[in-house]
Amino acid sequence: MASCHAPQASFFPQISPPFSADTSSSPIVSCRFPCRYASLQVSSPSSGTFVPRAEEKTKTERNIFACAATASRLVAEKPAPTKKKTTITKEEGLVLYEDMVLGRSFEDMCAQMYYRGKMFGFVHLYNGQEAVSTGFIKCLKEGDFVCSTYRDHVHALSKGVPARSVMSELFGKATGVCRGQGGSMHMFSKEHGVLGGFAFIGEGIPVATGAAFKSKYEKEVLKNDKVDAVSVAFFGDGTCNNGQFFECLNMAALWKLPIIFVVENNLWAIGMSHIRATSDPNIWKKGPAFGIPGVHVDGMDVLKVREVAIEAIARARRGDGPTLVECETYRFRGHSLADPDELPEKAHYAARDPILALKKYLLQHNLADENELKSIQTRIDEVLEDAVDFAEASPLPPRSQLLENVFADPKGFGIGPDGRYRCEDPSFTAGTAQV
Amino acid sequence: MERDPRVCVLGEDVGHYGGSYKVTKGLAEKFGDLRVLDTPIAENSFTGMAVGAAMTGLRPIVEGMNMGFLLLAYNQISNNCGMLHYTSGGQFTIPVVIRGPGGVGRQLGAEHSQRLESYFQSVPGLQMVACSTPYNAKGLMKAAIRSENPVILCEHVLLYNLKERIPDEEYVCCLERAELVRPGKDVTILTYSRMRHHVLQAAKSLINKGYDPEIIDIISLKPFDLHTIGNSIKKTHKVLIVEECMRTGGIGASLRASIMDNFWDYLDAPIMCLSSQDVPTPYAGTLEEATVVQPPQIVKAIKQLCG
Repeated sequence: MASCHAPQASFFPQISPPFSADTSSSPIVSCRFPCRYASLQVSSPSSGTFVPRAEEKTKTERNIFACAATASRLVAEKPAPTKKKTTITKEEGLVLYEDMVLGRSFEDMCAQMYYRGKMFGFVHLYNGQEAVSTGFIKCLKEGDFVCSTYRDHVHALSKGVPARSVMSELFGKATGVCRGQGGSMHMFSKEHGVLGGFAFIGEGIPVATGAAFKSKYEKEVLKNDKVDAVSVAFFGDGTCNNGQFFECLNMAALWKLPIIFVVENNLWAIGMSHIRATSDPNIWKKGPAFGIPGVHVDGMDVLKVREVAIEAIARARRGDGPTLVECETYRFRGHSLADPDELPEKAHYAARDPILALKKYLLQHNLADENELKSIQTRIDEVLEDAVDFAEASPLPPRSQLLENVFADPKGFGIGPDGRYRCEDPSFTAGTAQV
Repeated sequence: MERDPRVCVLGEDVGHYGGSYKVTKGLAEKFGDLRVLDTPIAENSFTGMAVGAAMTGLRPIVEGMNMGFLLLAYNQISNNCGMLHYTSGGQFTIPVVIRGPGGVGRQLGAEHSQRLESYFQSVPGLQMVACSTPYNAKGLMKAAIRSENPVILCEHVLLYNLKERIPDEEYVCCLERAELVRPGKDVTILTYSRMRHHVLQAAKSLINKGYDPEIIDIISLKPFDLHTIGNSIKKTHKVLIVEECMRTGGIGASLRASIMDNFWDYLDAPIMCLSSQDVPTPYAGTLEEATVVQPPQIVKAIKQLCG
């Protein structure tokens, strides 16, 4: 399978690329130019071997700040993005912009609400990574599935879950998308095809793989030709060292499942630098090891992400199997709101803020003007005010909710000493039954 | 599988090989490779895959080639099978069946002789049953497949060769009900899986000696059928639990607590519990025999309990 370094215009040989053969505008150009770890690669790009330079190696043997400095230096060596031809329409551009603004503003509001004591526990914000969520999810259609991690608010929002439902869930209210039972790390929506929301990393990848398996099963066993749902699994760089990642790459490739594995490589797994944790930090390279295309894309540029997404999704829908997409991205805040917020590469990546980049693009190509963009921000601010008001005003879950939803069939609580099923006990619905 | 096209099986060697204990023999030829899916050796991931498939509409049956291998799938079993229905606020159901042979076999070594029922019993949102005869194996399997809840069906390595006449017509067992194997009035013996057969063997000797034990196969390990169990205790006032899992934190430990909570007033004696030794199962035959409860021990315990 083609690796990024193979000299061809598209990494999908069968597709005629929607964009021109001008390689400087290709979203995968960042593979052919030195990518983030390029200075660690001494051998020629096509050889695929990875040999750290001696001095880099000794540097990485020192403490974390030296590592961070090393990473910063590598990051700084990346070439500046070149000007692209217009690849989207005004409508598409505004949809992307609005979605990213919604994601950013929502997360900022979360931070406010958290520090005001409206939400608790672990809340992981997505600031800075919006281009990945928007870039992929806005290319999906109804019936497709998204699976995420604990950093899932924005994936849910991009997929269409109302801001009110997500905010209520964070406030732990009964009107939350999961009735207040899931919380920040467990955003699920059957209506919108959001399969979670998982607290343990890697846990969601098999679930997404299962949804893709179901899609294939429906087509081939149930003979339902109208079904062509794809699944997109989002996860981070830390997860790429976990067994479930590799196991699912294997199974998805083996059975040609309609799934896209999207790595949101933000270089940090809480405080563990990706380079310190990973023998070969080029995650995209791990796709070809299983026989699937591995792509590296600039995850701070929503248009580049979108182009890759369109191809990967089309490939999956056609039945040609999975794709592994590594998005180089960054989080502007700490791992969670309870963690320190002091990463070293922040300044570099703040300059590549995906929302500002898209704004600049839209203005430069006359796809929108300042007023339109401002009105989008205003509209989003109103949506969020409404979401917070709704969440505040919503009721807390009553005690009766405690025992509901433990089992789909509450007979699962069994038969009590009196011979009746425990769920038939009147106090069951009050949430006070002995189970 | 004939009745519902959404039912599918996945696991190692379930397809072309017919299952390492031949439970799925012939199914792949009949239903195809996608409905009887041979998976790579990746328990955690294929169990998670079953969860994702169940969430989106299928009814998968996951086979652990040996129950012990499902330790690798504990992440998915606990977090996703057990809890996902709840954390999603009831939006997604997980109608999976997780099954496989466990228990102590014939010198299979410690790792292939595990009893995971006690490890899983605390996981909220799971139901767990143990089959012990061809009749209840079929009935419980059907019930588990048709249930909307995730169900763990514990089979036993040494019971696959049992032969029994079973009805031709369709029948389904109840997942939550215990089975009254032999009515009696002297003592209640609660057991499950392979130990049912050790109890029955001991019972022959006991009956000859004039005892009248009531034998109940609890079937449902989670939740316990406290009605059947309670009715028996109210009659006999004495309880002996015979189990194959470890003493510490075992099913018996949990059952004793439940009985104490609910039927304390009906007991004439402390609840006795015979469990396996808290040791890794040795390879050597003589030692292995000593780790599990044998019929003479059951006879001795009843004599002690009943006098």
